[in-house]
Amino acid sequence: MSTHDITLTVDGTTEELTVESRTLLVHALRDELGDTAPNVGCESGKCGACTVELDGDAVKSCTVLAVQADGSSVTTAAGLADGGLDPVQRAFHDEHGLQCGYCTPGMLATTHQLLAENPDPSRAEIRRALKGNVCRCTGYESIVDAVETAAARLRTGDGGGEEPTAGSERAGAPGPGAED
Amino acid sequence: MFPAEFDYERAESVSEALGLLERYADADVEVLAGGHSLVPAMKTEGREPDVVVDLDVPALDAVNALDDRTVVGALTTYATLVDSGTVRGTVPLVAEAASEVGDTQIRNRGTIGGNLAEAHPGADLPAAALASDATVLLRDRDGKREVPATDFFRGGGETAVERDELLTGVRVPYPGDGGFAYARKTHPATGYAMVGVAAVVETEEGTVTAARVAATGAVDRAVRLPSVEDALADEPLDADTVDAAASEARADVDADRLRSDAYASGEFRGELLETYVARALETAADRAAGDTPTR
Repeated sequence: MSTHDITLTVDGTTEELTVESRTLLVHALRDELGDTAPNVGCESGKCGACTVELDGDAVKSCTVLAVQADGSSVTTAAGLADGGLDPVQRAFHDEHGLQCGYCTPGMLATTHQLLAENPDPSRAEIRRALKGNVCRCTGYESIVDAVETAAARLRTGDGGGEEPTAGSERAGAPGPGAED
Repeated sequence: MFPAEFDYERAESVSEALGLLERYADADVEVLAGGHSLVPAMKTEGREPDVVVDLDVPALDAVNALDDRTVVGALTTYATLVDSGTVRGTVPLVAEAASEVGDTQIRNRGTIGGNLAEAHPGADLPAAALASDATVLLRDRDGKREVPATDFFRGGGETAVERDELLTGVRVPYPGDGGFAYARKTHPATGYAMVGVAAVVETEEGTVTAARVAATGAVDRAVRLPSVEDALADEPLDADTVDAAASEARADVDADRLRSDAYASGEFRGELLETYVARALETAADRAAGDTPTR
Protein backbone atom coordinates (compact mmCIF):
# COMPACT_ATOMS: atom_id res chain seq x y z
CA MET A 1 0.00 0.00 0.00
CA SER A 2 1.17 3.49 -0.65
CA THR A 3 -0.15 6.80 0.56
CA HIS A 4 0.15 10.13 -1.16
CA ASP A 5 0.00 13.75 -0.13
CA ILE A 6 -2.22 15.54 -2.59
CA THR A 7 -3.64 19.00 -3.08
CA LEU A 8 -7.20 19.59 -4.24
CA THR A 9 -8.94 22.88 -4.73
CA VAL A 10 -12.55 22.16 -3.87
CA ASP A 11 -15.14 24.85 -4.51
CA GLY A 12 -12.43 27.46 -4.36
CA THR A 13 -10.74 26.23 -1.18
CA THR A 14 -7.33 24.60 -1.51
CA GLU A 15 -6.99 21.52 0.66
CA GLU A 16 -4.03 19.28 1.40
CA LEU A 17 -4.73 15.73 2.37
CA THR A 18 -3.16 12.30 2.51
CA VAL A 19 -4.89 9.50 0.64
CA GLU A 20 -4.30 5.84 -0.03
CA SER A 21 -3.59 4.91 -3.63
CA ARG A 22 -6.98 3.29 -3.83
CA THR A 23 -8.98 6.14 -2.34
CA LEU A 24 -11.58 7.28 -4.82
CA LEU A 25 -12.12 10.97 -5.41
CA VAL A 26 -15.70 10.80 -4.15
CA HIS A 27 -14.55 9.33 -0.84
CA ALA A 28 -11.77 11.87 -0.49
CA LEU A 29 -14.32 14.61 -1.01
CA ARG A 30 -16.98 13.22 1.28
CA ASP A 31 -15.06 11.39 3.99
CA GLU A 32 -11.80 13.33 4.17
CA LEU A 33 -12.96 16.84 3.36
CA GLY A 34 -16.64 16.75 4.31
CA ASP A 35 -17.80 17.88 0.89
CA THR A 36 -20.93 15.80 0.70
CA ALA A 37 -22.59 17.27 -2.38
CA PRO A 38 -21.50 14.38 -4.64
CA ASN A 39 -23.43 11.29 -3.65
CA VAL A 40 -22.31 7.69 -3.78
CA GLY A 41 -24.84 5.80 -5.86
CA CYS A 42 -24.04 2.79 -7.98
CA GLU A 43 -20.28 2.96 -7.32
CA SER A 44 -19.71 1.55 -10.77
CA GLY A 45 -19.57 4.59 -13.00
CA LYS A 46 -23.10 4.30 -14.33
CA CYS A 47 -25.50 6.41 -12.27
CA GLY A 48 -23.70 9.76 -12.17
CA ALA A 49 -24.82 10.76 -8.66
CA CYS A 50 -21.15 11.37 -7.79
CA THR A 51 -20.55 13.71 -10.74
CA VAL A 52 -18.39 16.76 -10.05
CA GLU A 53 -16.56 19.11 -12.35
CA LEU A 54 -12.85 18.31 -12.44
CA ASP A 55 -10.98 21.19 -14.06
CA GLY A 56 -14.24 22.06 -15.83
CA ASP A 57 -15.11 18.57 -17.06
CA ALA A 58 -18.01 16.62 -15.59
CA VAL A 59 -16.57 13.38 -14.21
CA LYS A 60 -17.86 10.52 -12.12
CA SER A 61 -15.84 10.90 -8.95
CA CYS A 62 -16.33 7.24 -8.02
CA THR A 63 -14.28 6.29 -11.06
CA VAL A 64 -11.36 8.66 -10.52
CA LEU A 65 -8.63 7.93 -7.99
CA ALA A 66 -8.11 10.81 -5.62
CA VAL A 67 -4.40 10.70 -6.37
CA GLN A 68 -5.18 11.15 -10.08
CA ALA A 69 -6.87 14.44 -9.22
CA ASP A 70 -3.80 15.79 -7.39
CA GLY A 71 -3.38 19.45 -8.22
CA SER A 72 -6.81 19.73 -9.81
CA SER A 73 -9.74 22.00 -9.18
CA VAL A 74 -13.02 20.37 -8.21
CA THR A 75 -16.39 22.07 -8.33
CA THR A 76 -19.23 20.29 -6.56
CA ALA A 77 -22.90 21.20 -6.72
CA ALA A 78 -22.45 22.94 -3.36
CA GLY A 79 -19.79 25.14 -4.89
CA LEU A 80 -22.20 26.39 -7.51
CA ALA A 81 -24.29 28.05 -4.82
CA ASP A 82 -22.63 31.29 -3.84
CA GLY A 83 -24.82 32.88 -1.23
CA GLY A 84 -27.95 31.46 -2.87
CA LEU A 85 -29.01 29.11 -5.61
CA ASP A 86 -27.25 29.57 -8.91
CA PRO A 87 -29.42 29.82 -12.06
CA VAL A 88 -29.20 26.10 -12.82
CA GLN A 89 -30.12 25.14 -9.27
CA ARG A 90 -32.92 27.72 -9.28
CA ALA A 91 -34.29 26.27 -12.53
CA PHE A 92 -34.28 22.72 -11.12
CA HIS A 93 -36.21 24.08 -8.15
CA ASP A 94 -38.69 26.03 -10.23
CA GLU A 95 -39.34 23.22 -12.72
CA HIS A 96 -39.57 20.47 -10.11
CA GLY A 97 -36.51 18.84 -11.65
CA LEU A 98 -35.97 16.71 -8.59
CA GLN A 99 -37.89 14.62 -6.13
CA CYS A 100 -35.68 12.84 -3.62
CA GLY A 101 -32.69 14.89 -4.77
CA TYR A 102 -30.10 12.12 -4.63
CA CYS A 103 -29.16 12.42 -8.30
CA THR A 104 -29.42 16.20 -8.35
CA PRO A 105 -25.84 17.22 -7.46
CA GLY A 106 -24.62 15.12 -10.36
CA MET A 107 -27.31 16.45 -12.69
CA LEU A 108 -26.23 19.99 -11.83
CA ALA A 109 -22.55 19.31 -12.47
CA THR A 110 -23.21 17.77 -15.88
CA THR A 111 -25.67 20.53 -16.75
CA HIS A 112 -23.05 23.13 -15.95
CA GLN A 113 -20.64 21.60 -18.44
CA LEU A 114 -23.39 21.31 -21.06
CA LEU A 115 -24.44 24.94 -20.78
CA ALA A 116 -20.86 26.17 -20.79
CA GLU A 117 -20.33 24.39 -24.12
CA ASN A 118 -23.79 24.79 -25.62
CA PRO A 119 -25.84 27.74 -24.34
CA ASP A 120 -28.92 26.77 -26.36
CA PRO A 121 -29.26 23.00 -26.38
CA SER A 122 -32.23 21.20 -27.90
CA ARG A 123 -34.19 18.78 -25.74
CA ALA A 124 -32.49 15.91 -27.54
CA GLU A 125 -29.08 17.42 -26.81
CA ILE A 126 -30.02 17.83 -23.15
CA ARG A 127 -31.08 14.20 -22.91
CA ARG A 128 -27.91 13.08 -24.64
CA ALA A 129 -25.74 15.19 -22.31
CA LEU A 130 -27.48 13.83 -19.22
CA LYS A 131 -27.37 10.20 -20.35
CA GLY A 132 -24.86 9.41 -17.64
CA ASN A 133 -27.03 10.81 -14.86
CA VAL A 134 -29.74 8.46 -13.75
CA CYS A 135 -32.86 9.60 -11.87
CA ARG A 136 -35.01 6.88 -10.34
CA CYS A 137 -37.91 8.89 -9.04
CA THR A 138 -39.05 12.02 -10.76
CA GLY A 139 -38.57 11.10 -14.39
CA TYR A 140 -36.67 13.10 -16.92
CA GLU A 141 -39.26 15.42 -18.46
CA SER A 142 -39.07 18.00 -15.70
CA ILE A 143 -35.29 17.68 -15.56
CA VAL A 144 -35.09 18.51 -19.26
CA ASP A 145 -37.51 21.38 -18.62
CA ALA A 146 -35.21 22.63 -15.89
CA VAL A 147 -32.15 22.58 -18.11
CA GLU A 148 -34.05 24.40 -20.87
CA THR A 149 -35.19 27.02 -18.38
CA ALA A 150 -31.69 27.42 -16.97
CA ALA A 151 -30.27 27.80 -20.47
CA ALA A 152 -32.85 30.42 -21.40
CA ARG A 153 -32.23 32.40 -18.22
CA LEU A 154 -28.47 32.25 -18.65
CA ARG A 155 -28.78 33.48 -22.23
CA THR A 156 -30.81 36.47 -21.13
CA GLY A 157 -28.80 37.06 -17.97
CA ASP A 158 -31.88 36.38 -15.86
CA GLY A 159 -30.76 34.36 -12.87
CA GLY A 160 -34.28 33.29 -12.00
CA GLY A 161 -35.88 36.34 -10.49
CA GLU A 162 -35.73 35.86 -6.77
CA GLU A 163 -31.98 36.14 -6.35
CA PRO A 164 -30.66 37.81 -9.45
CA THR A 165 -27.19 38.28 -7.99
CA ALA A 166 -26.73 34.68 -6.87
CA GLY A 167 -23.78 32.97 -8.49
CA SER A 168 -23.05 36.18 -10.30
CA GLU A 169 -19.94 34.91 -12.07
CA ARG A 170 -21.86 32.12 -13.68
CA ALA A 171 -25.12 33.97 -14.11
CA GLY A 172 -23.95 36.13 -16.97
CA ALA A 173 -23.58 35.17 -20.57
CA PRO A 174 -21.42 32.08 -21.03
CA GLY A 175 -17.74 32.95 -21.25
CA PRO A 176 -15.30 32.26 -24.04
CA GLY A 177 -15.51 28.54 -23.22
CA ALA A 178 -18.83 28.45 -25.02
CA GLU A 179 -17.00 28.55 -28.34
CA ASP A 180 -14.68 25.65 -27.51
CA MET B 1 -16.57 -0.24 -3.05
CA PHE B 2 -12.82 0.14 -2.94
CA PRO B 3 -10.17 -1.38 -5.11
CA ALA B 4 -7.81 -3.70 -3.27
CA GLU B 5 -4.61 -2.07 -2.06
CA PHE B 6 -1.96 -1.33 -4.65
CA ASP B 7 1.10 0.83 -5.13
CA TYR B 8 0.60 3.87 -7.32
CA GLU B 9 3.27 5.28 -9.60
CA ARG B 10 2.79 8.32 -11.80
CA ALA B 11 4.70 8.53 -15.06
CA GLU B 12 5.11 11.95 -16.62
CA SER B 13 6.83 10.76 -19.80
CA VAL B 14 6.82 7.69 -22.00
CA SER B 15 10.37 6.80 -20.96
CA GLU B 16 9.42 7.11 -17.31
CA ALA B 17 6.46 4.80 -17.87
CA LEU B 18 8.60 2.27 -19.69
CA GLY B 19 11.15 2.47 -16.88
CA LEU B 20 8.43 1.67 -14.36
CA LEU B 21 7.22 -1.28 -16.45
CA GLU B 22 10.80 -2.57 -16.42
CA ARG B 23 11.30 -1.94 -12.72
CA TYR B 24 8.12 -3.83 -11.88
CA ALA B 25 8.64 -6.54 -14.49
CA ASP B 26 8.01 -9.26 -11.92
CA ALA B 27 4.90 -7.65 -10.46
CA ASP B 28 1.31 -7.57 -11.65
CA VAL B 29 1.18 -4.11 -13.22
CA GLU B 30 -1.75 -2.27 -14.73
CA VAL B 31 -1.36 0.87 -16.83
CA LEU B 32 -3.90 3.55 -15.96
CA ALA B 33 -5.10 6.07 -18.54
CA GLY B 34 -8.64 7.43 -18.10
CA GLY B 35 -9.46 4.61 -15.71
CA HIS B 36 -12.98 4.01 -16.91
CA SER B 37 -12.39 0.36 -17.61
CA LEU B 38 -9.65 -0.34 -15.09
CA VAL B 39 -11.05 1.34 -11.97
CA PRO B 40 -14.46 -0.39 -12.16
CA ALA B 41 -12.70 -3.69 -12.87
CA MET B 42 -10.50 -3.18 -9.81
CA LYS B 43 -13.59 -2.65 -7.72
CA THR B 44 -15.78 -5.49 -8.87
CA GLU B 45 -14.08 -7.79 -11.32
CA GLY B 46 -11.23 -9.06 -9.22
CA ARG B 47 -8.46 -7.15 -10.93
CA GLU B 48 -5.98 -6.63 -8.11
CA PRO B 49 -2.71 -5.36 -9.52
CA ASP B 50 0.33 -4.90 -7.28
CA VAL B 51 1.19 -1.67 -9.03
CA VAL B 52 -0.75 0.87 -11.07
CA VAL B 53 1.28 3.04 -13.43
CA ASP B 54 -0.71 6.22 -14.08
CA LEU B 55 0.06 7.87 -17.40
CA ASP B 56 0.22 11.62 -16.92
CA VAL B 57 2.00 12.31 -20.19
CA PRO B 58 0.84 15.47 -21.97
CA ALA B 59 2.69 14.48 -25.15
CA LEU B 60 0.31 11.53 -25.55
CA ASP B 61 -2.74 13.78 -25.39
CA ALA B 62 -2.34 15.17 -28.88
CA VAL B 63 -3.83 14.99 -32.34
CA ASN B 64 -1.49 15.57 -35.28
CA ALA B 65 -2.71 15.80 -38.86
CA LEU B 66 0.02 14.93 -41.35
CA ASP B 67 -0.07 14.71 -45.16
CA ASP B 68 -2.19 11.60 -45.51
CA ARG B 69 -2.85 10.47 -41.98
CA THR B 70 -3.77 11.68 -38.52
CA VAL B 71 -1.83 10.44 -35.52
CA VAL B 72 -3.87 10.34 -32.33
CA GLY B 73 -2.01 10.10 -29.03
CA ALA B 74 -3.06 7.33 -26.67
CA LEU B 75 -4.27 9.70 -23.95
CA THR B 76 -6.62 11.59 -26.25
CA THR B 77 -10.04 11.45 -24.65
CA TYR B 78 -13.23 10.53 -26.43
CA ALA B 79 -14.43 14.08 -25.81
CA THR B 80 -11.40 15.44 -27.65
CA LEU B 81 -11.98 13.02 -30.53
CA VAL B 82 -15.56 14.27 -30.80
CA ASP B 83 -14.71 17.96 -30.47
CA SER B 84 -11.49 18.07 -32.47
CA GLY B 85 -11.97 19.77 -35.82
CA THR B 86 -8.90 17.90 -37.02
CA VAL B 87 -10.31 14.50 -36.16
CA ARG B 88 -13.75 15.33 -37.54
CA GLY B 89 -12.27 16.79 -40.68
CA THR B 90 -9.69 14.12 -41.49
CA VAL B 91 -10.87 10.85 -39.93
CA PRO B 92 -14.55 11.46 -39.16
CA LEU B 93 -15.36 7.80 -38.54
CA VAL B 94 -13.18 7.92 -35.42
CA ALA B 95 -15.06 10.98 -34.16
CA GLU B 96 -18.42 9.38 -34.90
CA ALA B 97 -17.55 6.17 -33.06
CA ALA B 98 -16.16 8.13 -30.09
CA SER B 99 -19.37 10.14 -29.90
CA GLU B 100 -21.26 6.91 -29.19
CA VAL B 101 -19.07 5.84 -26.26
CA GLY B 102 -20.68 5.77 -22.82
CA ASP B 103 -21.90 9.18 -21.74
CA THR B 104 -20.66 12.73 -21.21
CA GLN B 105 -18.64 11.92 -18.10
CA ILE B 106 -17.09 8.77 -19.56
CA ARG B 107 -16.13 10.61 -22.74
CA ASN B 108 -14.44 13.28 -20.64
CA ARG B 109 -12.11 10.75 -19.01
CA GLY B 110 -11.82 7.68 -21.22
CA THR B 111 -9.06 7.55 -23.82
CA ILE B 112 -8.53 6.01 -27.23
CA GLY B 113 -5.43 4.21 -25.99
CA GLY B 114 -7.21 2.77 -23.00
CA ASN B 115 -10.12 1.71 -25.17
CA LEU B 116 -7.92 -0.16 -27.66
CA ALA B 117 -5.67 -1.70 -25.01
CA GLU B 118 -8.66 -2.85 -22.98
CA ALA B 119 -10.20 -4.31 -26.15
CA HIS B 120 -13.61 -4.87 -24.65
CA PRO B 121 -15.51 -7.03 -27.15
CA GLY B 122 -18.34 -4.46 -27.26
CA ALA B 123 -16.17 -1.34 -27.48
CA ASP B 124 -16.71 1.07 -30.34
CA LEU B 125 -13.24 2.28 -31.26
CA PRO B 126 -11.81 -1.12 -32.22
CA ALA B 127 -14.39 -1.32 -35.02
CA ALA B 128 -13.55 2.20 -36.13
CA ALA B 129 -9.83 1.39 -36.07
CA LEU B 130 -10.36 -1.69 -38.23
CA ALA B 131 -12.60 0.05 -40.75
CA SER B 132 -10.14 2.96 -40.88
CA ASP B 133 -7.22 0.62 -41.62
CA ALA B 134 -5.50 2.15 -38.60
CA THR B 135 -2.15 1.14 -37.15
CA VAL B 136 -1.49 0.88 -33.43
CA LEU B 137 1.77 2.44 -32.26
CA LEU B 138 3.68 0.70 -29.46
CA ARG B 139 6.89 1.52 -27.63
CA ASP B 140 9.22 -0.46 -25.43
CA ARG B 141 12.67 0.25 -24.03
CA ASP B 142 14.29 -0.79 -27.30
CA GLY B 143 12.16 1.27 -29.63
CA LYS B 144 8.95 1.41 -31.56
CA ARG B 145 6.68 -1.23 -33.01
CA GLU B 146 3.69 -0.86 -35.26
CA VAL B 147 0.82 -3.31 -35.38
CA PRO B 148 -1.98 -3.06 -37.93
CA ALA B 149 -5.38 -2.96 -36.27
CA THR B 150 -6.20 -6.19 -38.12
CA ASP B 151 -3.46 -7.98 -36.09
CA PHE B 152 -3.99 -6.13 -32.83
CA PHE B 153 -7.11 -7.66 -31.28
CA ARG B 154 -6.63 -11.22 -30.07
CA GLY B 155 -10.00 -11.88 -28.43
CA GLY B 156 -11.41 -11.70 -24.92
CA GLY B 157 -9.59 -8.47 -24.14
CA GLU B 158 -6.20 -9.76 -25.28
CA THR B 159 -4.17 -7.59 -27.62
CA ALA B 160 -0.77 -7.45 -29.27
CA VAL B 161 0.61 -5.26 -26.47
CA GLU B 162 3.42 -7.06 -24.63
CA ARG B 163 3.85 -6.52 -20.91
CA ASP B 164 6.93 -4.32 -21.34
CA GLU B 165 5.22 -2.23 -24.02
CA LEU B 166 3.15 0.91 -23.94
CA LEU B 167 0.47 1.78 -26.46
CA THR B 168 1.41 5.34 -27.40
CA GLY B 169 -0.99 6.16 -30.21
CA VAL B 170 -2.91 5.27 -33.31
CA ARG B 171 -2.17 6.23 -36.88
CA VAL B 172 -5.27 6.65 -39.00
CA PRO B 173 -4.90 7.08 -42.76
CA TYR B 174 -7.28 9.47 -44.48
CA PRO B 175 -10.15 7.74 -46.23
CA GLY B 176 -10.58 8.30 -49.95
CA ASP B 177 -13.64 9.96 -51.41
CA GLY B 178 -16.85 8.21 -50.49
CA GLY B 179 -18.79 7.70 -47.30
CA PHE B 180 -18.42 6.38 -43.80
CA ALA B 181 -20.63 5.53 -40.83
CA TYR B 182 -20.72 3.97 -37.42
CA ALA B 183 -24.05 2.45 -36.40
CA ARG B 184 -24.70 0.53 -33.25
CA LYS B 185 -27.29 -1.06 -31.04
CA THR B 186 -26.46 0.20 -27.58
CA HIS B 187 -27.07 -1.87 -24.51
CA PRO B 188 -28.94 0.62 -22.34
CA ALA B 189 -27.44 -0.49 -19.05
CA THR B 190 -23.82 -1.18 -19.92
CA GLY B 191 -23.41 1.57 -22.50
CA TYR B 192 -21.43 -0.82 -24.69
CA ALA B 193 -22.52 -1.88 -28.13
CA MET B 194 -24.51 -5.08 -28.33
CA VAL B 195 -23.43 -4.86 -31.94
CA GLY B 196 -21.73 -1.95 -33.67
CA VAL B 197 -20.68 -1.64 -37.30
CA ALA B 198 -18.12 0.76 -38.74
CA ALA B 199 -17.85 1.24 -42.47
CA VAL B 200 -15.66 3.17 -44.86
CA VAL B 201 -16.78 2.92 -48.47
CA GLU B 202 -14.62 4.64 -51.05
CA THR B 203 -16.24 5.42 -54.37
CA GLU B 204 -15.47 6.83 -57.76
CA GLU B 205 -18.42 8.12 -59.77
CA GLY B 206 -20.80 6.10 -57.63
CA THR B 207 -18.92 2.81 -57.92
CA VAL B 208 -17.23 1.23 -54.92
CA THR B 209 -13.46 1.18 -55.29
CA ALA B 210 -12.66 -0.01 -51.76
CA ALA B 211 -14.72 -0.95 -48.73
CA ARG B 212 -13.77 -1.74 -45.18
CA VAL B 213 -16.50 -2.89 -42.82
CA ALA B 214 -15.89 -3.99 -39.23
CA ALA B 215 -18.13 -5.17 -36.41
CA THR B 216 -17.82 -5.00 -32.67
CA GLY B 217 -19.91 -6.85 -30.12
CA ALA B 218 -20.70 -9.80 -32.33
CA VAL B 219 -17.82 -12.07 -31.33
CA ASP B 220 -15.02 -11.91 -28.75
CA ARG B 221 -13.20 -9.13 -30.56
CA ALA B 222 -13.81 -6.54 -33.25
CA VAL B 223 -13.51 -8.12 -36.69
CA ARG B 224 -13.51 -7.10 -40.34
CA LEU B 225 -16.32 -8.54 -42.45
CA PRO B 226 -14.60 -9.65 -45.67
CA SER B 227 -17.69 -11.14 -47.34
CA VAL B 228 -19.55 -7.86 -46.88
CA GLU B 229 -16.58 -5.97 -48.28
CA ASP B 230 -16.33 -8.29 -51.28
CA ALA B 231 -20.03 -7.85 -52.01
CA LEU B 232 -19.51 -4.10 -52.21
CA ALA B 233 -16.37 -4.09 -54.33
CA ASP B 234 -16.77 -2.74 -57.86
CA GLU B 235 -20.54 -2.41 -57.45
CA PRO B 236 -22.63 0.73 -57.72
CA LEU B 237 -23.21 1.99 -54.18
CA ASP B 238 -27.00 1.75 -54.23
CA ALA B 239 -29.75 0.13 -52.18
CA ASP B 240 -29.49 -3.21 -53.96
CA THR B 241 -25.77 -3.43 -53.32
CA VAL B 242 -26.23 -2.46 -49.67
CA ASP B 243 -28.89 -5.15 -49.22
CA ALA B 244 -26.76 -7.77 -50.92
CA ALA B 245 -23.72 -6.86 -48.85
CA ALA B 246 -25.64 -6.84 -45.56
CA SER B 247 -27.01 -10.29 -46.31
CA GLU B 248 -23.41 -11.55 -46.30
CA ALA B 249 -22.76 -10.33 -42.75
CA ARG B 250 -23.58 -13.55 -40.98
CA ALA B 251 -21.37 -15.49 -43.35
CA ASP B 252 -18.40 -13.63 -41.87
CA VAL B 253 -18.90 -14.85 -38.33
CA ASP B 254 -19.18 -18.45 -37.30
CA ALA B 255 -22.55 -18.82 -35.54
CA ASP B 256 -20.82 -20.67 -32.70
CA ARG B 257 -18.59 -17.68 -32.06
CA LEU B 258 -21.42 -15.17 -31.62
CA ARG B 259 -21.28 -13.74 -28.12
CA SER B 260 -24.06 -14.86 -25.85
CA ASP B 261 -24.42 -13.34 -22.41
CA ALA B 262 -26.94 -11.96 -19.96
CA TYR B 263 -27.54 -8.99 -22.25
CA ALA B 264 -28.24 -10.70 -25.56
CA SER B 265 -28.17 -14.15 -27.07
CA GLY B 266 -25.78 -14.99 -29.86
CA GLU B 267 -28.72 -15.53 -32.16
CA PHE B 268 -30.00 -12.01 -31.46
CA ARG B 269 -26.56 -10.56 -32.01
CA GLY B 270 -26.46 -12.30 -35.36
CA GLU B 271 -29.74 -10.64 -36.31
CA LEU B 272 -28.44 -7.29 -35.12
CA LEU B 273 -25.27 -7.70 -37.11
CA GLU B 274 -27.08 -7.93 -40.42
CA THR B 275 -29.36 -5.02 -39.54
CA TYR B 276 -26.56 -2.75 -38.41
CA VAL B 277 -24.34 -3.57 -41.36
CA ALA B 278 -27.23 -2.40 -43.53
CA ARG B 279 -27.72 0.77 -41.46
CA ALA B 280 -24.04 1.67 -41.52
CA LEU B 281 -23.83 1.09 -45.27
CA GLU B 282 -27.01 3.06 -45.94
CA THR B 283 -25.58 6.06 -44.11
CA ALA B 284 -22.21 5.65 -45.80
CA ALA B 285 -23.97 5.50 -49.19
CA ASP B 286 -26.00 8.62 -48.40
CA ARG B 287 -22.85 10.46 -47.43
CA ALA B 288 -21.00 9.25 -50.51
CA ALA B 289 -23.84 10.63 -52.60
CA GLY B 290 -23.68 13.90 -50.71
CA ASP B 291 -27.18 13.48 -49.31
CA THR B 292 -26.16 13.64 -45.67
CA PRO B 293 -23.79 16.10 -44.08
CA THR B 294 -20.76 14.24 -42.77
CA ARG B 295 -20.91 16.08 -39.48
